Amino acid sequence: MKIVTICGAGIGSSGVLKVNAERALRALDLEATVVAAEVSTVRTVAADAQIILTTQEFVEAIGKTNADVIVIVNLFDTSELAQKLEDALG
Amino acid sequence: MSLPPLPESAIEIDAFAADWRAAVRLSGEALVRSGAAKSGYADEMIRMIEDHGPYVVIAPGLALAHARPGPQVIANGLSVVTLKEPVRFGHAHNDPVRVVLGLAISEAGAHLAAVAAVANIFNDSSAINELAAATSAAEVQRIMGVNPS
Repeated sequence: MKIVTICGAGIGSSGVLKVNAERALRALDLEATVVAAEVSTVRTVAADAQIILTTQEFVEAIGKTNADVIVIVNLFDTSELAQKLEDALG
Repeated sequence: MSLPPLPESAIEIDAFAADWRAAVRLSGEALVRSGAAKSGYADEMIRMIEDHGPYVVIAPGLALAHARPGPQVIANGLSVVTLKEPVRFGHAHNDPVRVVLGLAISEAGAHLAAVAAVANIFNDSSAINELAAATSAAEVQRIMGVNPS
């Protein structure tokens, strides 16, 4: 499974989201490759992704995609991340 | 995982910022003082927020200001600015901001360990309150887990 985390520069929030998503996945005992990327590259990077994790600001720019777009409010709330990942994958 | 350098020169306590732009500018100036960035980096960080919105407010009270690697970045570096008066970035959930981190990354791809180290600090939700209440640069460095410089 491939998960892409998206933010504006592909280094800050998407990096934090990647780290915390990996933490949440471990807690759920799920395997996935998590890639951080900037929104301008989403079409290429997320072409084969099942899930896109991002914040509200980027939903519109991500646009139409086959992946499930999950919006995270607090990037450090691993219980929010775990819950939303579990809902999407369950 | 190692945090980008956070020397005392990159820390400002109880700063005054009239608005979010001023707050981000302070975090950029702190990166200039520590030798991590050039003066234009603050404008780039501000432009990221103008272009994409207040997503850099990554947790309640905490902004992680940053732009892309590029000519305005000299070396990897982190800055911490705590605000006397919190400022609003326009974030739906995480406003107002009391602590602004400035992050400069010199090379795309090599940054994830650095960002992971930052993330690890704030997985302890008390870190933001502790930083906001810090009264010295040494205390900020202790909270961030770096040796005082």
